[in-house]
Amino acid sequence: MTYLTDVAALTRKDLRVELRARDTLPAMLLFVLSTLVVFHFALPEGTGDDAAYGLLWVAIVFTALLGLARAWVPEHEHGVLDGLVLAPSDRSAIWLGKTLATLAFLVAAQVVALPAFVVFFAPLDLTALAGVLLADIGICAVGSLMAAMAASSRSREVLLPLLVLPLAIPLIVGGVGAAISPEGERYLLLLALYDGIFAVLSWASFEYVVTE
Amino acid sequence: MIRARDLEKRYGRRRVLVSVDIAVPASGFAVVTGPNGSGKTTLLRVLAGLAAPTRGVLEVNADRAQLGYLAHEPLVYRELTALENLELFGRLYRVSERRERIGMLLERFGLWDARNERVSTYSRGMTQRLALCRTLLHDPALILLDEPYSALDQEGVELLDRELEALAGSRTLVVATHDPHRLAQLATTTIALA
Amino acid sequence: MSTSLIRTLPGLAALAAGLMGLAIVLALIVAPEDADQGISQRIFYIHVPIALTAYFCFGLGAWKALLLLWRGDERYDLESYVAIHQGTIFGALTLITGSIWARASWDVWWTWSSNQLVLFLVLFLFYCAYFMLRFSLEEGARRARSSAVYALFGVVLIPISFLAIRLAEDFIHPTVFTREGPQMTGTMFATFCVSWAALTLLAYVLYRVELAGKRLDADLRELREVLL
Repeated sequence: MTYLTDVAALTRKDLRVELRARDTLPAMLLFVLSTLVVFHFALPEGTGDDAAYGLLWVAIVFTALLGLARAWVPEHEHGVLDGLVLAPSDRSAIWLGKTLATLAFLVAAQVVALPAFVVFFAPLDLTALAGVLLADIGICAVGSLMAAMAASSRSREVLLPLLVLPLAIPLIVGGVGAAISPEGERYLLLLALYDGIFAVLSWASFEYVVTE
Repeated sequence: MIRARDLEKRYGRRRVLVSVDIAVPASGFAVVTGPNGSGKTTLLRVLAGLAAPTRGVLEVNADRAQLGYLAHEPLVYRELTALENLELFGRLYRVSERRERIGMLLERFGLWDARNERVSTYSRGMTQRLALCRTLLHDPALILLDEPYSALDQEGVELLDRELEALAGSRTLVVATHDPHRLAQLATTTIALA
Repeated sequence: MSTSLIRTLPGLAALAAGLMGLAIVLALIVAPEDADQGISQRIFYIHVPIALTAYFCFGLGAWKALLLLWRGDERYDLESYVAIHQGTIFGALTLITGSIWARASWDVWWTWSSNQLVLFLVLFLFYCAYFMLRFSLEEGARRARSSAVYALFGVVLIPISFLAIRLAEDFIHPTVFTREGPQMTGTMFATFCVSWAALTLLAYVLYRVELAGKRLDADLRELREVLL
């Protein structure tokens, strides 16, 4: 029970910090909207809806990367991460709190971006939206861990996309498939499988990444 | 409380600590001295458990709940208030009667009036005082302080002096400083790093 | 310690060389020519075993990574790294031989229809990022642990990516050509097995050689420091 209250406290902390600093969420929102507009000019006349769905997923992944790049910044100012790691609470709670907060930001950005997509390009049914949510979970889970790994490196801005993109490929397949395939449920299952396995793996590995 | 033999810490090819031996009894007061770059911070990090020694034997008879560590950095969130910071750490450290203890510490370190201001508005001295509050919040048995006097103004220095005097004898302390004379009276052991 | 390692190594190396020679002879001369694809089909005897060997290396790397996290012995870090290094080399070879085969069979340098090839492209990107991760972190326990976690992620990614790529066939490209594993006669199967054994052994020998070399480097460095 204390584990969950720890996670709640940590997530609340992240939301509070973002509410005050206000540098991540607006950037994500602006980025995803600009990208959608760029896509309009990038897609030639007569391109089918399918291409639009593909590009939607590119936009989502890169918006997520933007959010993830900023995710651990508050912990690195003033070295707070050491303070969290030293506490007797479970280290994995730090990862979970961060993942939930990043997920919240991503979903918040999508609450604006997805309607914009529907207005600009093509409709999204329930399966497609479920796909977006499941993929969001996957990318935040894996991304939070990778961001923590990259954070202590010299070239963290470049490193994070390199680490995350190959891992995001099954998510993109799942998301696009859920949107355009008549058998969308199969893709939702793929996403759920990915989430289950990689979330558990990330949750268990975090401790090893932040300690020696 | 702490026993270390032939401790070594290296980062790649750089050896920061070489053949360090330490023995600090419970309720002892150890002062770590040495010039800049001699590895004082690294030693404290190793004792805190944030860094693992590459060689040697280390025994620390305190788990995370009983350990308080004041780092070079303040280890507090810039965008949160003093109260919110201590609330968070109080929860993570399972501090009983959290509100009272936080109030008492803030008052003792003269931060009560600024408790609802964000840390980003604090002076360096105030941030350091908040860091001290955070370190002592859970009443740790083993306290590691890395240059605690840095950035403190005269008032802060007096507060800290008083605090250390109160803790010495009932808690185990390890303090890294390049001004050992100030603590000469309280110190029971000196660890000099080349 | 290292001397006993090296003593068995020449034996293994000689065996690997011998098997490779046998495999080449079998693949180029002894095995019957394929009715459909002709001489280009012979690349199959190299391409698929190389792919399997790459998987073996990644698996070995992940196993050593797990041992590092579990037992905390930093010796495993180098072993994991070398295994993954070998795996990446064989992965690159998989892509190259696959490309050659595609060119020889269907006159294109790349095809998205080959699930294995696409999977290897994804894995190749993943493991290249592994090296980027290692190069940008300072040597020490942190780097060893982060690398180990990443190596484990890689091995889990393999089946999931494969599943994803299979599903993606629907909407990425229709499958238009015959599958890779042709109906194999006895001789073909024997050739395949010899080739597979040869390449796996070769990979293992290279792994041991590189590991021994890197250990020697590390020992020398330590010696130099003690003397200075």
